[in-house]
Amino acid sequence: MIELSGVTKRFGAAPAVEAVSLTVPRGTTHVLLGSSGCGKSTILRLVLGVISPDVGTVAVDGVVVTPETRTRVVDQIGYVVQTGGLFPHLTAARNVTLPAEARRWPSERMRARLAELAAMVGFDAATLARHPAELSGGQRQRVSLMRALMLDPPVLLLDEPLGALDPVVRADLQRELREIFSRLGKTVVMVTHDVAEAALFGNTIALMTRGRIVQQGRFEDLARHPADPFVSEFLVAQAPPPEIAAFLRR
Amino acid sequence: MIRAFAAVVGMMVASACAEADTGSVRVGSKSFTESYLIAEIVARLVEQAGEAKADRRFGLGGTGIVYRALETGEIDVYPEYTGTISRAILNDPALDTLEAIRAPLARRGLVVSAPLGFENTYALAVREDVAQRLGLRTISDLARHQMLGGPYGSPQTPPVRSLRAAFTSGFLERDDGWPGLRRHYGGLTLADVRAIEHALAYPALESGQVDVIDAFSTDGRLARGRFRLLQDDRKFFPNYAAVLLVRRSFVERAPRTWAAIERRLAGRIDTPEMTRLNARIDLEGVSIERTAAEFLGTTHVEGRHRLIGEVLALTLDHLGLVGVSLAVAILAGVPLGIIAARFRVLGQVELISVGVVQTIPSLALLCFMIPLFGIGKTPALVALSLYALLPIVRGAYTGLITLDRQLLEIAGVLGLSAWQRLVKIELPLASVAIMGGIKTSAVVTVGTATLAAFIGGGGYGDLIVRGLALNDVGTILAGAIPAALMALVIHAAFELLDRLVIPRALR
Repeated sequence: MIELSGVTKRFGAAPAVEAVSLTVPRGTTHVLLGSSGCGKSTILRLVLGVISPDVGTVAVDGVVVTPETRTRVVDQIGYVVQTGGLFPHLTAARNVTLPAEARRWPSERMRARLAELAAMVGFDAATLARHPAELSGGQRQRVSLMRALMLDPPVLLLDEPLGALDPVVRADLQRELREIFSRLGKTVVMVTHDVAEAALFGNTIALMTRGRIVQQGRFEDLARHPADPFVSEFLVAQAPPPEIAAFLRR
Repeated sequence: MIRAFAAVVGMMVASACAEADTGSVRVGSKSFTESYLIAEIVARLVEQAGEAKADRRFGLGGTGIVYRALETGEIDVYPEYTGTISRAILNDPALDTLEAIRAPLARRGLVVSAPLGFENTYALAVREDVAQRLGLRTISDLARHQMLGGPYGSPQTPPVRSLRAAFTSGFLERDDGWPGLRRHYGGLTLADVRAIEHALAYPALESGQVDVIDAFSTDGRLARGRFRLLQDDRKFFPNYAAVLLVRRSFVERAPRTWAAIERRLAGRIDTPEMTRLNARIDLEGVSIERTAAEFLGTTHVEGRHRLIGEVLALTLDHLGLVGVSLAVAILAGVPLGIIAARFRVLGQVELISVGVVQTIPSLALLCFMIPLFGIGKTPALVALSLYALLPIVRGAYTGLITLDRQLLEIAGVLGLSAWQRLVKIELPLASVAIMGGIKTSAVVTVGTATLAAFIGGGGYGDLIVRGLALNDVGTILAGAIPAALMALVIHAAFELLDRLVIPRALR
């Protein structure tokens, strides 16, 4: 379970996140929705303990995230970012096993886990031996996901995991990810600016703007009972124009 | 890392200090023909006496360096001049006789030999045809020429430019050189006075680029009558009688050798003879060794492959200088670069300090090492290591601060410790920049190491210094060309090393 209570974080004078309270129950997927710069990614970095809140607390499974507890907390979390965040000098396989290497797993155990994960995303040995520059965008995101799952952590934080992909690959991977999340029963926080993606993944959604949560709840709640005109505006802005929607329906 | 650096420096110092060897006499010289020749003659006399081996430490730059070497026991004996001893070493011009300088030198544990016979005083030289045209015989004539307001305006004398002088830097600045001479001759002024390297002064004078140079009265180039020495008619220049300056410990350790040297050399070389010997070498191109043998009446077999053998030996020597100083600079520089990248304020202080070292001219840096480490390999290695530092520190620093911050954050999130991040992520990602710094440093060090010879550090510079002193382009090139080749080879070697050090995906 992830819990933020009254969290404010400023970079300089401008608040990146302001008075955010948020609870993600175990085994559910929560989506942070908003345009870029609204503070979504900052929330993930607060959960990871990479930055500390100015006001309020962040807790993962009841442990308050502080510089002291940070190493313990990140053991529980897998992290995927938009561009993959892969290390260009390491092969896909080394990128995936790095968290286990850091914890000095025996190589036998590392190999076994790597094989499991490769099977899950359908990678062969040749793909695993490539460097990130030799992989497609979709392959890179799969490597990044494998790395996030390497230690089988209960929590996954995904920062625009599909944002850099072209639409067809993106649709494929959306299906694949949803299937994996529901099968593994992870607690997931996903950041996206895409309304359809949010609706597809999120058990619950928090719509953010300028560092604040405008409304949170199920997608239906946001769509049917918008708390603020901004909510409807945001949801409608990304919907296809009526004539195209009509064309697509035909 | 710092401890390892200290250990390496300590080992270098220890190995350099272990050089002292009671069974050999270390003969030093300054870096000009006459000093080389007298030192070679002394070395041969040491060998003839059979009491000890002769260890030749020739070409040790100027008075400051070679005297310091004698004082610290790095050498046992070298040729010197009484005027230099009183003025440059004892700093008391009043001590103008041999007797007067013996006592203060004795207090320093040094002994002066009987005069060898010749005097090598400072003098001013002009071209013979210019001297005739302007009627110059003495330095006073020069002053008079100047007071008349330029080229003698009489109709039969063609108009002549005002005279321009080029003086060696020592003469230009020392009080027993140009500044004192001007005062002594009532404000002597010349149209243009500039500094010049001794080896280049005669060519400049001969080609008419300058009109007056400072010369030594025994210079071989004066033997041919193309140049005229202006008489010091008002007796400004002190007595520069040639002597040997010796450590008393050598006299006591090898009394028979010392007696043989004194017997053979005291009063045995007069000024014309010395000028002739210098001319043998400088003008006729006879080797120093052969000239020394001729003087001693012994035979000298000129080794056919002597120069090649010497170049090969110096190649190892030079590689040693470059290898050790580069290794020290890498062991110190990469950690310093890491520290600079980690701690921004300390890093700036550190980068500025390392940068300041680089602003010191390399030859000056070498000379600064002498009071601390004496002469020889140790000060050369310390100076070269310091000099090699900046590109390496800069390379590592730049490589590390330009790394993608998001990647570093992710490395932390993946649970890598600070050490694991450094070793597995940061250094490999920065390796291109780090290797770039090391390569720059390596190539520069090959060049800078040629200056080590000025303080007895050896290497290709031995040939370059000697070639400059003897105005022998062949010898200069024998040092300079291999140095350039070595720079190329080392660069190529490091390009190969890139394949081992830099991860494949980053090349």
